[in-house]
Amino acid sequence: MDAQPVIHLEGVDKVYPSGEVAVHAVRNVTLSVAKGEFVAVMGASGSGKSTLMNLIGCLDRPTAGRYVLDGEEVGSLSKGALSRLRNQRLGFVFQGFNLLSRTSALENVELPLLYSPAGHGGRELRRRAHAALEQVNLADRAGHAPSQLSGGQQQRVAIARALVNQPALLLADEPTGNLDTRTSIEIMSIFQDLNRRGMTILMVTHEPDIARYCRREIVMRDGQIVSDRPVANRLDAADELARWHGVAMEERP
Amino acid sequence: MKFSATWTIALRALRRNLLRTGLTMLGIIIGVAAVIAMVAIGTGAKAQVAESIEQMGQNMVMIISRAARSGRVHMGFGSGVSLTRQDYDAIRQEISGLAGASPEVRASAQVAAGNQNVNTTVYGVSEEYPAVRAWRLEGGSHFAEAEVRAAAKVAVLGQSVATNLFGGGDPVGQMIRIQHAPYEVIGVLRAKGANMMGRDQDDMVLVPWTSAMVRLTGENAFRAISVQAESAERIPEVVDQITALLRQRHRIPEGQEDDFIIRNMQDMLEMATSTAQTMTILLGAIAGVSLLVGGIGIMNIMLVSVTERTREIGVRMAVGARGGDILLQFLVEAVVLSIVGGIIGIGLGYATARAVSLKFGWNTLVSPESVVMAFAFSAVIGIFFGFYPARKAARLDPIEALRYE
Repeated sequence: MDAQPVIHLEGVDKVYPSGEVAVHAVRNVTLSVAKGEFVAVMGASGSGKSTLMNLIGCLDRPTAGRYVLDGEEVGSLSKGALSRLRNQRLGFVFQGFNLLSRTSALENVELPLLYSPAGHGGRELRRRAHAALEQVNLADRAGHAPSQLSGGQQQRVAIARALVNQPALLLADEPTGNLDTRTSIEIMSIFQDLNRRGMTILMVTHEPDIARYCRREIVMRDGQIVSDRPVANRLDAADELARWHGVAMEERP
Repeated sequence: MKFSATWTIALRALRRNLLRTGLTMLGIIIGVAAVIAMVAIGTGAKAQVAESIEQMGQNMVMIISRAARSGRVHMGFGSGVSLTRQDYDAIRQEISGLAGASPEVRASAQVAAGNQNVNTTVYGVSEEYPAVRAWRLEGGSHFAEAEVRAAAKVAVLGQSVATNLFGGGDPVGQMIRIQHAPYEVIGVLRAKGANMMGRDQDDMVLVPWTSAMVRLTGENAFRAISVQAESAERIPEVVDQITALLRQRHRIPEGQEDDFIIRNMQDMLEMATSTAQTMTILLGAIAGVSLLVGGIGIMNIMLVSVTERTREIGVRMAVGARGGDILLQFLVEAVVLSIVGGIIGIGLGYATARAVSLKFGWNTLVSPESVVMAFAFSAVIGIFFGFYPARKAARLDPIEALRYE
């Protein structure tokens, strides 16, 4: 493991000035995530996990405290610099997939490359996007529009989009929220696969079953971390899938 | 981020919704096409008016005897008899700055050659008439001063008369009869076509004014005298001299109206072209309004599309688009819409102008200025009306945008 953590939060506060009363969404959070970790953030709605996610995702800046992402101090950065950071160091996966409609899987995956300061040529764009689609086993669907893909396939396209700029951290916000159990396990198997190859992943979920595929589990309540421990009885998505497959076989007449 | 990437992004966004793109463009297409076609029709009309007035003769000043009155009945210009041979001689001798002069008497007459005969107008004019009226001969020659002085029986035919009497044959040297008197055809005028009123200007015969007065009209006065000034600058001077001379000769007391009218071709040209110019501006302005409406249409669609695409904008920001990138994308989309619409509109406007001139026989002229103007205007409209929605999109908060349903 690297000495330098990917995420380093120190006494981070986030206060929303909402009318008379200020809303304290995140209170004094200190958290360190090392390279290669796979963290689940759990908590009821309103616990501050989404706000924490936005802070870590550089979509928002903390009111107080220090945030260092992959060695870069975030607190002092301009909006433009935050955009660059999101583009280069972070990959986002959302609950609702958030793919561009009427746009092929390949072009969806190319999107972050178009905003990257490097400015790749058209051929390089396609090559990289194709490589990312191969990582999620969807290279054969490159030309399909989201409406022609199943939910699981759409989420895999979204994961490929998150991976295409080789980020330091993959952020997933309820990635299995819109998917059935079996497809959820498929997505978790992809995450586990990526994690095994060294990708750092932070995932927000409210499903304890899904959190069991991670390595570390953080629970939030009222804007604070109330529990932070390794996952006991960790599940392996590949095994679970095989089991599902088995059940399906047995059920056959 | 490279600028070429912005193009890729904007073009892909436009391609994603071709129907919306097409409908948005329609406003600009129609606006630009209307401007091009209307200005083409206006410019064509102006050119036609100018051409037909110039056909009447360069730097020409026309003196017309005022209408005779019979009781309270106005008999029409040229019906009076105030312009005499002596007036004509005095003008030729005393007015400086003249390049030529010709009186004009007119009579309707039957003209025959062989077994063909036509009813036409016979004009009695001087040897300088073709020069004054900018009318060249196609064959033969015009009569000379000697023939005018001798009241010779010679004639120069207009194209229509020549064709009617002699078909395709050469009339020069042939004899014709005007009211039974024999005349020798010594020249044929070049075709001039219809004048502004639609009258065939080639349906006429020219004879020396002396001959016409003696044999055809039996009068001693002219209906008009045309003079040509040496240059456009000398026209006012010539007009003043003639006015003074004729008033003196006609003994018109101070304060009383002239008994003649002086028409200056330069003024007529200016008047007619300025009328046509006003028409062009009017037509262009009406068309310009539709172009403006097209621009507002773009803004409208772009604003709706910013709301409709809020999530898309959120996603773009999440994957690293800066506010500036979003602004540029929407701006480029608007400009592409209006420029492509502008190009199609120019083509359509050109086609409309062509169709109008083919269908109605109007002169149309697509001026390069109107094309450049319409094109530039549509680009400006794209930037102007695209900017507000683009800024609105760029100012979205990524968190809010991602959460937008």
